[in-house]
Amino acid sequence: MTNPVSDVSGAGAILVTGSNPTENHPVIGYRIREAVRTGARLIVADPRRIPLVDVADVHLQFKPGTDIALFNGLAHVIIKEELEDKEYVENRTQGFKYLKQIVAKYTPEYVSAITGVPAKDIVTAARLFAQADSGAIVYCMGVTQHTCGTENVVALTNLSLLTGNLGKPHAGMNPLRGQNNVQGACDMGCLPNVFSGYQPVHSDRDTGTYWRRLTKERQLEQVGVGFIRPASPGETITSIEFNQPVPVDSVSDTIRAKFSRAWGVELSDVPGRTIAEMFHYFPHRRSRIMYIMGENPVLTSPQAELVREALEDMDFVVVQDIFLNETAQYADVVLPAASFAEKEGTFINTERRVQRIHRAIKPRGNSRPDWEILQELARRFGLNWNYSSPEDIWNEVRELTPHYFLGMTYERLEKEGGLQWPCPAIDHAGTPILHKGKFARGIGQFSTVEYRPQAADTSGGVTEEYPFILTTARKLYQYHTRTMTGKTDGLNYLLDEERMQINPRDVQALKLTPEDMVRVTSRRGSLETKIEITDCVPPGIVCMSFHFAEPRVNVITDPAVCNMSVASGVKVSAVRIEKI
Amino acid sequence: MDKVVLKLDDLEVMANKEDTILQAALDHGIYIPHLCYHPDLKPFGGCRLCVVEIEGRGLTISCKAPVEEGIAVRTEGPEIDKMRRVAAELLIVNHYSECLQCARNTDCKLQDIAAYIGIEEGRLQRLKRTARDLPLDDSNPFFIRDPNKCVLCGICVRTCEEINGVGAIDFAFRGLDTRISTLKDKPIVESRCESCGECVVRCPVGALVPQNMRKPEREVKSICPYCGTGCGIYLGIRGDKIVSARGDRDSVVNKGQLCVKGRFGYHFVNHPDRLTTPLIKRNGVFVEATWDEALDLVTAKFKEAQEKYGPEALAGLSSARVTNEENYLFQKLLRSLGTNSVDHCARL
Ligand code: SF4
Ligand code: SF4
Ligand code: FES
Repeated sequence: MTNPVSDVSGAGAILVTGSNPTENHPVIGYRIREAVRTGARLIVADPRRIPLVDVADVHLQFKPGTDIALFNGLAHVIIKEELEDKEYVENRTQGFKYLKQIVAKYTPEYVSAITGVPAKDIVTAARLFAQADSGAIVYCMGVTQHTCGTENVVALTNLSLLTGNLGKPHAGMNPLRGQNNVQGACDMGCLPNVFSGYQPVHSDRDTGTYWRRLTKERQLEQVGVGFIRPASPGETITSIEFNQPVPVDSVSDTIRAKFSRAWGVELSDVPGRTIAEMFHYFPHRRSRIMYIMGENPVLTSPQAELVREALEDMDFVVVQDIFLNETAQYADVVLPAASFAEKEGTFINTERRVQRIHRAIKPRGNSRPDWEILQELARRFGLNWNYSSPEDIWNEVRELTPHYFLGMTYERLEKEGGLQWPCPAIDHAGTPILHKGKFARGIGQFSTVEYRPQAADTSGGVTEEYPFILTTARKLYQYHTRTMTGKTDGLNYLLDEERMQINPRDVQALKLTPEDMVRVTSRRGSLETKIEITDCVPPGIVCMSFHFAEPRVNVITDPAVCNMSVASGVKVSAVRIEKI
Repeated sequence: MDKVVLKLDDLEVMANKEDTILQAALDHGIYIPHLCYHPDLKPFGGCRLCVVEIEGRGLTISCKAPVEEGIAVRTEGPEIDKMRRVAAELLIVNHYSECLQCARNTDCKLQDIAAYIGIEEGRLQRLKRTARDLPLDDSNPFFIRDPNKCVLCGICVRTCEEINGVGAIDFAFRGLDTRISTLKDKPIVESRCESCGECVVRCPVGALVPQNMRKPEREVKSICPYCGTGCGIYLGIRGDKIVSARGDRDSVVNKGQLCVKGRFGYHFVNHPDRLTTPLIKRNGVFVEATWDEALDLVTAKFKEAQEKYGPEALAGLSSARVTNEENYLFQKLLRSLGTNSVDHCARL
């Protein structure tokens, strides 16, 4: 998030899209409802009628996969009615004229035809958002889990830039991170191409970054404005903003040398595999040995069958977890880890706040904190690791990632209730709002993206044979693959089975009764599920969660990846539904 | 913030201009009995226990009266006492009275009030109505609603409206039959209630209590292990078990609030299914192993594969649920072993 959670209350307008905060980030949901009670205008752009729609001013119920058309349409109205923040656009951004050209054709009528949203609602929403004193955009996996996920974010960012909402209170671009330390996993460098603090491991060759995919002309255009020169060593290498140029080779060489020295090892500059590539469709392109710590890819990965098959085919699989989850069944060795309540350390929340956790009880049985296990292994490989506590490790992180964390000692984190990165010095107060006054790279870049109709299910789209769109979601009473929530009887009592959401009209057409089971078939596989009849989903669209092992929705979802961020497009799959 | 000076009994105190008399008093350690006031919520003025006298103006409800420069407030006096007594007795005679059996015993606002005002047993006996025996609502797996203990302060209703914006409950029926109820008086689990427990935390008496409540012996500060909001929590511990969790009121993120998972979802920690020993698969079945056996095997296998295929053969998936320190070490280990194939499920 560019802005803190507390900032949501007090926003003039809030655009929530591809996110269902009241169920997935409930406390942020409270904040949004609170904001509405105190006068914020709320725009919900979502294919489903999520609970927040009850308190929204407008609901833009677009067809799944047409996000870009909708966002470009909103930009069109804002520009046409001259509602953009002219001063901001003039002083802090560039590329406005390209944006104007691109969105010219996205008239409300044109967009309405693509998205199914009434033209007048598009106009209303654009006005509400642009005319508010401050406009916050809140989004989540619903925007990013698409084959065009990265482009969706670009289109959304344009709206924020256009209305001058990046870099001020109660506004900004606010992705909600799904798991408590997803932010931390990224920030710590658990991504193939970056070390902690997004310091690049190698140049962008073959990593499929957006930069590489820009046309030559666009690349030149951006180099021309001096983007490539960092203001300070820290600043080139964040990936806070999309569309920054990937640093030139010498930058990554220097960084690699720095880590090599600090760690006392030679470091490779060969691009690593992403999760999808580890379980590649072609066996010869997969990894041979897997070390899986605290993950359950057998349930969470799109096209889960492939993951099972790949795991079975691997030479050796190590799973380190607190439970023997579905993935652990495929392991050769299972290492028992301590839970969050049994160790010290830090987490980073969705607003970039680093916060301390404390050991409340001792590890169960012979289980050990993950960091101790990792250190034990490292020593067996002859690495010279001597951490006596998580604080030791954290201090190394601070030292090697100064532009983000240098100022964050354990002592300060404790005393000040967490700090938001970047916090580059001991007397730095942390950064509640990013891009205040100035962007990390000096200027905000409008990037242009076009709506591509093939976005809905890459392997053929919605056809007579597969007439429904299946989308996925999460629910209030369960979490992820239930390894944790499934152990609380009360939560199981409140939600104990999967029911696919389906509109009453479709139920009628398919002649279903509430207790019927249906078979849902995509081009990749099929499953059987109970149904929940609800107008939360519009006709033609059905929705399932991935919480339950049976039916396992990711057996049938679309594994095609976003060609820029390599996120899977699980949000949209074409399916057929039959009564059984 | 603008300040004003006023007199509370014989004490001169400074208060924020926006404060009510009750807030100013409580801030300065002066107890005024109150039941329906809650610092997180808008004042309601229902219980009338907080009555005080502003000199020269007469009696007023202190939870709704703003402080003013120069006023002199009396928190005690015969008339005040009489009013409070009437209000308190009415509450107590209608309240289920087996305090020892109540989960909130010793932590109950009504007990505080009774102790402060001084309730005479004899008088109470004469007043005591036959206890109403309304059915409990224990439909929600996490908390029980007991209308026989409800004092109709409306704190739960306002919490559900003002804190989380759900609006699942409201006052229903009239007069002596007044009750807090869901729409159409359905069991709470069938209402729009989101089981957040915010109302349970704020109930001043035992009308809303957690199921199987056990008081913790100590509390440890932590962060909720579920979603990315990162709410501050205090885990309540008893022996080596987590028995409760509450929101950290000092956290700027959640200001003490939690959702159903963050408040009630901790059974996984002490669950018997937890892995407690390393396992090695032999002939298709897992057998228990020592740490040395397991780690030596992992090391040997990794080395073997690296020799056979090169360092690229190794890949690691890290976790969005372990700490930063552990994520950092994970990528450090993998990269030190010569591969950049490290990822996690942020994208999923
Ligand atoms: S548990 Fe939460 S949602 Fe349910 S009635 Fe209480 S405050 Fe409202
Ligand atoms: S309490 Fe609820 S909203 Fe807060 S971090 Fe936990 S899961 Fe998220
Ligand atoms: S606390 Fe003031 S009327 Fe109840």
